[in-house]
Amino acid sequence: MAVREAEPVGSLQEVKDAGLDREDLLGIYRNMLITRGVEERGHILYKQGKIPGSFYTGRGNEASAVGVATAMGADDVGCPLQRDMGVHITRGVEPWRIFAQYMGRVDGPTHGRDGNVHLGDANLGLHAMVSHLPAMLPVAVGMGLAFRIREERRVAVAWCGEGASARGDAHEGMNLAGVRRLPVVFVIDNNQWAYSTPTYLEYAVEHLADRAAAYGFDGVVVDGTDVLAVYREARRAIEKAREGGGPTLIESLTLRMEGHAVHDDAFYVPREMFEEWARRDPIERYRTWLRDNASMSDDEEDEITAGVKRLLHESIERAEASPLPDPATLLDGVFAEQDELETPHHK
Amino acid sequence: MPEKTYLQAISDGLRQEMRRDQRVFVLGEDVGVYGGAFKVTLGFQEEFGPWRVIDMPLSETAIVAGATGCALMGLRPVAEMQFADFVSCAWDHLVTVAAKQRYRAGTPIPIVLRLPSGGGFSGGPFHSQNPESTFAHIPGLKIVCPATPEDAKGLLVSAIEDPNPVLFFEHKHLYRRIKGEVPDERYATPLGKARVHRPGDDVTVVTWGAMVYTAQSAAEKLEADGVSVEVLDLRTLIPWDREAVLASARRTSKVLVLHEDTKTGGFGAEIAATIAEEAFEHLDGPVRRIAAPDAPVPFSPPLEKAYIPQVDDVVAGLRALAAY
Repeated sequence: MAVREAEPVGSLQEVKDAGLDREDLLGIYRNMLITRGVEERGHILYKQGKIPGSFYTGRGNEASAVGVATAMGADDVGCPLQRDMGVHITRGVEPWRIFAQYMGRVDGPTHGRDGNVHLGDANLGLHAMVSHLPAMLPVAVGMGLAFRIREERRVAVAWCGEGASARGDAHEGMNLAGVRRLPVVFVIDNNQWAYSTPTYLEYAVEHLADRAAAYGFDGVVVDGTDVLAVYREARRAIEKAREGGGPTLIESLTLRMEGHAVHDDAFYVPREMFEEWARRDPIERYRTWLRDNASMSDDEEDEITAGVKRLLHESIERAEASPLPDPATLLDGVFAEQDELETPHHK
Repeated sequence: MPEKTYLQAISDGLRQEMRRDQRVFVLGEDVGVYGGAFKVTLGFQEEFGPWRVIDMPLSETAIVAGATGCALMGLRPVAEMQFADFVSCAWDHLVTVAAKQRYRAGTPIPIVLRLPSGGGFSGGPFHSQNPESTFAHIPGLKIVCPATPEDAKGLLVSAIEDPNPVLFFEHKHLYRRIKGEVPDERYATPLGKARVHRPGDDVTVVTWGAMVYTAQSAAEKLEADGVSVEVLDLRTLIPWDREAVLASARRTSKVLVLHEDTKTGGFGAEIAATIAEEAFEHLDGPVRRIAAPDAPVPFSPPLEKAYIPQVDDVVAGLRALAAY
């Protein structure tokens, strides 16, 4: 079970064989643009003082997040982390609700109870992260356990970064998934910097995917700036898990193109590293591929870009119109009520 | 009504719920063939199979987090910690994920964590703790500490039905020592309702778990002095029955809070402070606390005996309070 390094995706035919038609391909592009757009606009809103707290972005990780989420089935579930905005966008969390979340408004998925990208939507199969990374990774393994207990053909996707992968939670989750061959796909977004800590101070194996062998399942390293390669590997892993083949660990290699959060200027990252990875920008890279291989026209591109711009503008307006929470509701929902267990995802 | 041990009552309640509701299942270390460290789930795997009685790796985080994930997908996990002490390894998951999930993300986490707790058998510093107050401080968790076999079954049923994470502290010292009548049929004992274990008029002892029996023995000795002691068994700490405690305090005017957990920051402090805030004018003496001293639970029998509140300690405390 040696770790495998995924090949880049080449032709349109290859992509079609992997299950994507042309409309899907343009949809992926659109989702990547929305992902970056939400974070860029959010950053501006933060600087304008309209978003309290802090602000985390995943610039450089759009292909990885959108690629994996595109490969998930409608009934699959996952626990994305803070650089995985593309997962929320791809699964259908509306950008206006994401802005409302950032702004602490009642229409955000957590209704002002939690902030920034700590969001999810159980009805879309996404469960909100916590700050103690990767605490949600073994929770996702638990979801896979539930599918195995009920013999459902569903898969759980567990995300973490390379920094978070050092914690015991990742080990316990992966070990359990391996022992029970649970339908779980682990995605490590290796963006090479855990806050200011570089990879050589984080782990001593060549690839994080090497660790999969220790848990008795397959590992694969994929170029996280190649959305179609990420999609292909995620789809393989998800379908394998669905068929009872057990977990896969996908290490998706990217660079975090900004600081840990907006307060961090990333002075510790060598400039040439940023320059090198800027040339591999996942959106630009995919745009070129679409023009060269899927004959995306100027008109199509303009239409997508304009549509995304309009969506973001409308989303911010709608989010700003959402009220702030009433302090009288402060204590609501600390405990769940009995009838809440009859919600669709709880049946 | 059949007589059952405290342990049998827990086992019966759990089995009954698993038969009744397909969503209920158990997971933990050695809970399968071995039946759990204390044999609560003995024979369960034969009846329910390996995917409803799940032997887990030695991974408390994976047990609690895994249960949380299962709960999010609609199952009703009952997770066992081999000893309550080991919940420290899963503290993060209880406190960071399970306790806050409903509040911040809107998704209930109906899990029960069974926690064999308490000392009295030379288990030493890592097998004898009563870490209930640690969790009582965390909004979003419920805490149950049954004292009788009847309550152990009825409260477990309520804990499993409850849509929140519930910590079910089973006192190991009671497992095979305490017997009582337990109805065969299904019944649920509501969380948050105290029980008068022994009625009395002069002094109230508020307590729970194994200390209920220590309080009872002390109350019997005080009876010879002509002092009538009421023993109020709290049964659940979160939610706790403030009304019952305050009503008893107002009636007897003197309260002693007794627990096996250490004193500083123990749950007794919360009870004493509440009585001081809400019933001060009804008191004829200070609210006293008897608890373990602020030390790890020691191993050697004389040390452990000095650590765990004894009947004589309670008798002395009650006499002092009665004479105040």
